[in-house]
Amino acid sequence: MEEFLQQLINGLSLGAIYALIALGYTMIYGVLRFINFAHGDVFMIGTYIGFYVLNTAFVQSLGPGAETAVIVFLAAMVGCGLLGVIIEFLAYRPLRNRPKLTVLITAIGVSFFLEYTGQLPFVFGADPRTFPTVVEKTTVLQAGGLVIDSYQIIIFVVAIALMLGLRLLIMKTRIGTALRASSMNLKAASLMGINTNAVISFTFFVGSALAGAGAILYAMSYPKINPLMGILPGLKAFIAAVLGGIGNILGAAVGGFIIGAAETMTAGYISPTLRDAIVFAILIIILIVKPSGLFGRGGTEKV
Amino acid sequence: MSLLHINNLTMRFGGLTAVDAVTETIEPLSLAGLIGPNGAGKTTVFNMITGVYQPTEGEILFDALSIVGSNPHEIANQGIARTFQNIRLFPSLSVFDNVRVGFNNASKTGLFGSILQPGRYWTEEKEIADKIDHLLGMFGLLDNRQELAKNLSYGDQRRVEIVRAMATDPKLLLLDEPAAGMNPTEKVELMNLIRYLRDEFKIAILLIEHDMKVVMGICEKIAVLDHGAKIASGTPEEVKNNPEVIKAYLGESG
Amino acid sequence: MSKKNRSYIYLLVGLVAVVGLSFPLEASVNSYDMRIIINIGISMILAASLNLINGFTGQFSLGHAGFMAIGAYTASALTTLVFGSAEGVTQELLFLVVLLAGGITAAIAGLLIGIPSLRLKGDYLAIVTLGFGEIIRVILQNIEPLGGSLGISGIPRYTTFIWTFGILAVLIFISENLMRSTYGRGFLATRDDEIAAESVGVNTTKYKVIAFVIGAFFAGVAGGLYGHYNSLIRPLDFGFLKSVEIVVMVILGGMGSTWGVLLAAALLTYLPEALRKIDLFGVSLSDFRMTIYSLALILLMIFRPQGLLGNFNPKEFAGRFKKNGQSKKSKPAVS
Repeated sequence: MEEFLQQLINGLSLGAIYALIALGYTMIYGVLRFINFAHGDVFMIGTYIGFYVLNTAFVQSLGPGAETAVIVFLAAMVGCGLLGVIIEFLAYRPLRNRPKLTVLITAIGVSFFLEYTGQLPFVFGADPRTFPTVVEKTTVLQAGGLVIDSYQIIIFVVAIALMLGLRLLIMKTRIGTALRASSMNLKAASLMGINTNAVISFTFFVGSALAGAGAILYAMSYPKINPLMGILPGLKAFIAAVLGGIGNILGAAVGGFIIGAAETMTAGYISPTLRDAIVFAILIIILIVKPSGLFGRGGTEKV
Repeated sequence: MSLLHINNLTMRFGGLTAVDAVTETIEPLSLAGLIGPNGAGKTTVFNMITGVYQPTEGEILFDALSIVGSNPHEIANQGIARTFQNIRLFPSLSVFDNVRVGFNNASKTGLFGSILQPGRYWTEEKEIADKIDHLLGMFGLLDNRQELAKNLSYGDQRRVEIVRAMATDPKLLLLDEPAAGMNPTEKVELMNLIRYLRDEFKIAILLIEHDMKVVMGICEKIAVLDHGAKIASGTPEEVKNNPEVIKAYLGESG
Repeated sequence: MSKKNRSYIYLLVGLVAVVGLSFPLEASVNSYDMRIIINIGISMILAASLNLINGFTGQFSLGHAGFMAIGAYTASALTTLVFGSAEGVTQELLFLVVLLAGGITAAIAGLLIGIPSLRLKGDYLAIVTLGFGEIIRVILQNIEPLGGSLGISGIPRYTTFIWTFGILAVLIFISENLMRSTYGRGFLATRDDEIAAESVGVNTTKYKVIAFVIGAFFAGVAGGLYGHYNSLIRPLDFGFLKSVEIVVMVILGGMGSTWGVLLAAALLTYLPEALRKIDLFGVSLSDFRMTIYSLALILLMIFRPQGLLGNFNPKEFAGRFKKNGQSKKSKPAVS
């Protein structure tokens, strides 16, 4: 039982990170109806932004602690947010109204561009780097074999705060209303006088910023970073979004937690080598049994 | 015995009832019309008959056999062919190949026959090509046979769609707004063509049409839908003078 | 040359040309260049086989490398573990058997994967095939008798120029004949408009699955060729990146155009080798290979989504000439 609880806590904290990344996928899908394949790589860039910020003389002089954490989170979120906006503007905007597959392939192109340009020796380099300490890791709670550390607390607090913030942003603000309208019908929203280009940029900014926050949380827990590290968390977060019902924000969050838990449980109870396979198996089952996901609504094709 | 019998046919999309308990019968060799204001549920009826949508309730009997739950291609192979309101040709195929696809099911060539192409493959191809040319000639499309479907004029595309439907050798042909976008001369030609199709191929035709001249001119029987429900049916004269129908088209105050 | 056996004559000419070319090539080309040539041939088989699924039937598959992996592992395992000590069988016959076995295993996998997933459309199908491709890779990583993540090594080098390009010629024969027949028109109709295809009695699911299975078969054969040339196969070789490479060949060549796709496959396989030889300010251009590749992909999608060769349609092209007076030629031989 104790071990199960431990696995569950580990799984949910990993899942919280997936959920943050999944939100970006689902928001972008909600508005533009396409899978931003490069989202996982934006996440990767987030860890490198954190890496370079942590290695500046100023941040190093602060040392690990709350100030450093605030700086590095802000930097990664703003940096990733801007990167998302730039990617959309340069690569996806020219393809508005083109077939979905054209955009999907472009997204794969953007993804490769970030991964392989990152590997160039004068960019990030192909070798893994060690992510510096943001805050010291302490044991917060220890009951028998059950251990909860400060990182897990930080992950939960940051992830849940950001999700609640996102909810407020979407439900209570003007731009949030515009975003909701756009995700119901982009064309109609534009006819109603909503600047849909601004809404799309905003969506990319917020979605990518959440990935940036996820990146720092991830790199704190798994401090080896490399230019290809975004692929798997990206795919898993995407699967979380599909599981929850792509386009559905609550679904993305719930899906993230389920995927994280399923992965950790499989690694703990069955075999660590199957931790990726289980996630893909979930994807295939959900797509075949209920492609609209747990919270999604099925649509009928108009003839 | 009736060719098509729909009984209590109902389609709900979420809270919206698009088609509400419609019952109707189509006799062999008849020319029938389905009319009603925009959004009355006419195309939805077509989509249920052809298996594109599964009805929420009700039954559809074709040749006394229930076709509810069959796939669209199974229904097509049982003898119901259709055209679409917003033309759906295969844009990257030639006119000839568009029609040729309609013969696919009748073709005896299997996968290995398609790959190895033995002598009997060529014999069959020639037979089918002759039939296609015959059909295209009948519709005055022989000169366009190698043109890509997407390059044809609107009226020609509509006619190719009818030829493609005829290629499946149907017993019942459903035409969804065949006269849309045609000029008066073309409409007269179309009316003659529809009558000719019925007489020549011995089929029944059910059409959705907004142009009253066309509907009243060729249909022997007309059913009227409004807000998903059938409000009238009968001969063109009966329907024309039905107060319910006049109300549906002109509104209460009229 | 009558229309009826034209395709057979082309096949024969192709096979003779392959055999004829093999002698001077084997004699004059060094092993490094030969490796490039064989790799080009294998890429062409992969691209042409995906073109059946992706180009002709319009079903976007992102897991083609998975089928290649199944074929490679089946064929290589048979050669090294089962037939290694077989006597009284010629090497050629054995190779043919293991290649077919690899192809058939991949085809069965294609059938099992295709039936449930081909109900999905567009990017959902892309994702589910990606998932299957990754699962195949992960499963292979976990099968210890097949070497786990180290893979199978010491596979005898049976793959030759003749085998590679001979199989390619057969694949071209099959896909070109298919395209001009009942089945090919069904594929294209399915790609153009599924609802319309169903409305004229085409069982679109059946056609999609068939295209998928044939495509998987040849990907499996290509995997067998790859294994018996490289003498080492690892699960890593058949990842998502490989699938994307094959997809890009199909897109670059212009989906559905067999010759365009073959050309793109050759180009994309040769290009990295060419870049390797160029030095720019002391940095080998091959380091920039993937950066250039990805940028080219993005620019291609923005400016020329129909592929480099565009919408080159031989039939339409030929039709342009026929219009000028001799439209009879396309007509069947009615007296």
